Parts: sequence; C-alpha cells; structure tokens
Amino acid sequence: MMAIKERMSGNEAVAYAIKQINPDVMPAFPITPSTEIPQMVSTYIANGEIDTEFIPVESEHSAMSASIGSEAAGARTLTATSSAGLALMWEELLLAASNRMPIALALVNRTLSGPININCDHTDGMGARDTGWIQIYAENNQEVYDNFLQAYRIAEHKDVRLPIMICQDGFITSHAVENIELMEDAPVKDFVGEYCPEEYLLNPGKPVSVGPYSISNYVMEGRKNQLIALENAKQVILDVADEFAAISGRQYGLFETYKTEDADYIMLLIGSAAGTAKEAVDELREQGKKVGVLKLRVFRPFPAEELAEALKNCKAAAILDRCESYNGNGGPLGAEVTAGLYRKKIYIETVNYIYGLGGRDFTVEEAKDVFVQLEDSIENGTSVEQYQYIGLRKQEA
Amino acid sequence: MRTDINKINEHTPHTGLTEGMQIFAAGTSKLFKTGEWRNDTPVFHEDKCKQCLLCAPVCPDSSIPVKDGKRGAFDLDHCKGCGICVKACPFGAIEMKEGVE
Repeated sequence: MMAIKERMSGNEAVAYAIKQINPDVMPAFPITPSTEIPQMVSTYIANGEIDTEFIPVESEHSAMSASIGSEAAGARTLTATSSAGLALMWEELLLAASNRMPIALALVNRTLSGPININCDHTDGMGARDTGWIQIYAENNQEVYDNFLQAYRIAEHKDVRLPIMICQDGFITSHAVENIELMEDAPVKDFVGEYCPEEYLLNPGKPVSVGPYSISNYVMEGRKNQLIALENAKQVILDVADEFAAISGRQYGLFETYKTEDADYIMLLIGSAAGTAKEAVDELREQGKKVGVLKLRVFRPFPAEELAEALKNCKAAAILDRCESYNGNGGPLGAEVTAGLYRKKIYIETVNYIYGLGGRDFTVEEAKDVFVQLEDSIENGTSVEQYQYIGLRKQEA
Repeated sequence: MRTDINKINEHTPHTGLTEGMQIFAAGTSKLFKTGEWRNDTPVFHEDKCKQCLLCAPVCPDSSIPVKDGKRGAFDLDHCKGCGICVKACPFGAIEMKEGVE
C-alpha cells in the first residue's frame, strides 16, 4: 500500500481524514482553535469533493443537538469544537452518550476561562470526562489523523455504540505543520466502511422512541448498561488498532510506553508534551538514568488496571495533568491513576504535577527537573510536595 | 432489536432493558397505564350529552374514545383527571369527582 508523504497541520490532518471518510452530516459552530476544521470541510463540500451535509448552526448547544438528531435519524455524524464550545455542549454530551449515538467530535483542546485565554490545556476535555464519551488523545498530527480514521469503527461497533472525542492539543498540534503519512482514499473507505445502523428514526415501518422518560425504577439499570458499553470499548479500541496497524504499519494501544521496561522513574502524561518528555528521557538515558515515559492515549474508558500494571515496577512516577481540578487534592489524571494503583495494592511513590496551563511552554529542562526530583526523593529521602505546579513563578525567599 | 414492551417492567434486570433505553416499537403508551397518576375522576352523564364532541379533541391524552360519531365512556386507564373536558362541555354532561374512582 502506498503511503502519501505530506506536510500538514493537525487541523488539516483531521479535515483530510473527514474528507476521506465522507460522513453524512456535520453541524458545527466556529471556535478557536478548531475553526479551521469546519472551514476546510466546508471547502471540500463547496468544491464537490465530498457530499457531507454541512449545517451552520447558531451555537455549539445547537451543534450537539443537531448531531444527536442527525445520528438518531441514521446519518453518520460529526462535529468539531474547543473550550467554551465544548462547555456549551455539556448537557447534550450526556444525552449523546446515554442515547447511544456514535457521533465523532474533533476536539482541539483549549483552556476555559478564566482568565480568558485561547491556548492549549486539557480543561475542556477533562471537564467532559464524566459525560460517557470515549476520549482518545494524540501527541502529534500523525496520531490525530490515525485516531480519527479509527473513530467510527470504535464508536459504531455493536458492543459499544457510544460517541467519541478525538482530541489534539490546540495550536501546538492543530496549527503546527509537520510531516505526515496519509493513506490512500480506497483503503480508508474499505477500513471505515458504510454506516448501517440496525435501528434509526428515518426507517419507514420501524418506528423508534429516542430518549423516553425513565422512572426511578429504570435509571440505575440504564446507566449500568451504558457503563458496560464504555467498558466494552477498551477491547474494541485494541482490535480496531490492530486492524489499522495491518493497513498502515502504525500500531496503537491504550497507551504508549517509551523506555519504561527497566525504568526506575516514569513520567505519565497526555498529548503533545509527551514529545518533550521523550527528549528529556533520551538525554537522561545518555547519563545512565533509568527513566521512561508513559503516554496515555485512551482516557475514556480509563485503563486503570493496565496503567497500574505498567507502573508497578518503577520506584516513583510523575503524573502530569494539563488541567487544574480545583479540588485541592490533584489533577484528574493524578487522582485516577493513584486510585487505580491503590485498588491493585501497588504502593509506588507518585507525585502529581500541573503543567502547561493556558498554553504555558513545557520544556525539556523542566521535564528533566521532574525526573531529578523523583530520584532525589527516593535516593535521598528528600520530601516532595505531592501536588505541585511546574514552572510557577515564586517570590524569591 | 424490536422491543416487546410486555417483557419490560420494574423488575426487569439491566440485561433485559433496551440499548439507550430506546423503545423500538410503536403505540406502546397504550400499554402504559398512566391513569393511576389521577387525583380527580371525570364522571360522564350520558343523559345530558348531545354528542357535540367538543370534549374529545381537547383531551390531552386520548381518554375519550369516539366511535361511529359518538363518544363513549372514559378510558380511565389513561385519564389523568385534568378536567379540561369538563370546561369544554356546554351541557354539564361531565363533572369531576374527588378521588381515583
């Protein structure tokens, strides 16, 4: 199979994936930094390259509402958004999941106000972590392209039937042009396939009630079924990744491990900063330090047991959150990873770091400092603040 | 995935419920007896009724059955006792009584 060598931004890569999939309906409302995605898809439509129905809605609340309606009607549907746009969708996000609508959402991660800021962190995606959506994050343009091509295969699978967010870091990957290997159109079409739902609204003679009221005697059973579907997604994500590897040569999992095999110290994080962390690991490995990176790809469903297994042989782990959780106890990743470790009775040292909020740079030097701090705490027993900010300016003592 | 609504009730385990709590069938509200929500009950005085049929279309449910141009007895399995039909009747042929029956 021929791979097409190209140079593209992350937004271009997602728009190109959408063009190759040619979904049925895209309701969307522009918001920085995701605006280019609906803009580019609109151009593909205007040029007659795809026949997706684009709905220019009046808000993100409407974008997700229209997406649910369109998906319920039987159409393969997607939308794109960022930050406040995702926040405005919040109520509908839960409906999309509980009504089992396999919508794809291209999320270009941006912080939420305030202070008002348009740059990258994971506040938007993490705010939607308990809405019942599948969430897959990317380190770079190649990954977000590959993840989008796999999105519908996961979401529409009969054991899953749940909506899916394909996330990338605002500006850092969405607007940075990088080398990328695109697939040809034909194998993409074969891989993604046609959407043939068993039940849908525009199906004459087979009426459906979507979202009927459930009295108290039914709600817990309904939620349990939805949870089972989300748990099923874990295996489906792995199966789809294997199939994708067979045609692309690129293998994905629930997370990626980088030099963790013999690592005493592991940095666990999500998204583009993993590249920075890997560079730090390479430099420290040259000095003989046993360090590694664990990059989480699938945040929902959360691979708690798998992560605990992957961390159990290290002496200390740094868990990095690109999001403040305002609970005074840590970030969302820090909380969930340590809960997973505790449940498996794996009592390694962990430190939860908050970094990169509102587009703050995360440097190789800072990543190296984190590893130094972990080593210092284990080797010398130096006390470490269990929940701290990276790169925070402080008053000189 | 067609739903047999007769097989679903308040004792059904989660494995017996539908995907997304959707109902893959039509007209199922007939089988769902909502009359028990009622506090007051309409009483039909057939002797005063002129069969003008002003009452049947104002019923927010479908609790006033009409057959061959004539209304019949109330469907108390679905009537919620709102009393709108009482207001609509020009002849005093419907009155509300306190209680479920």
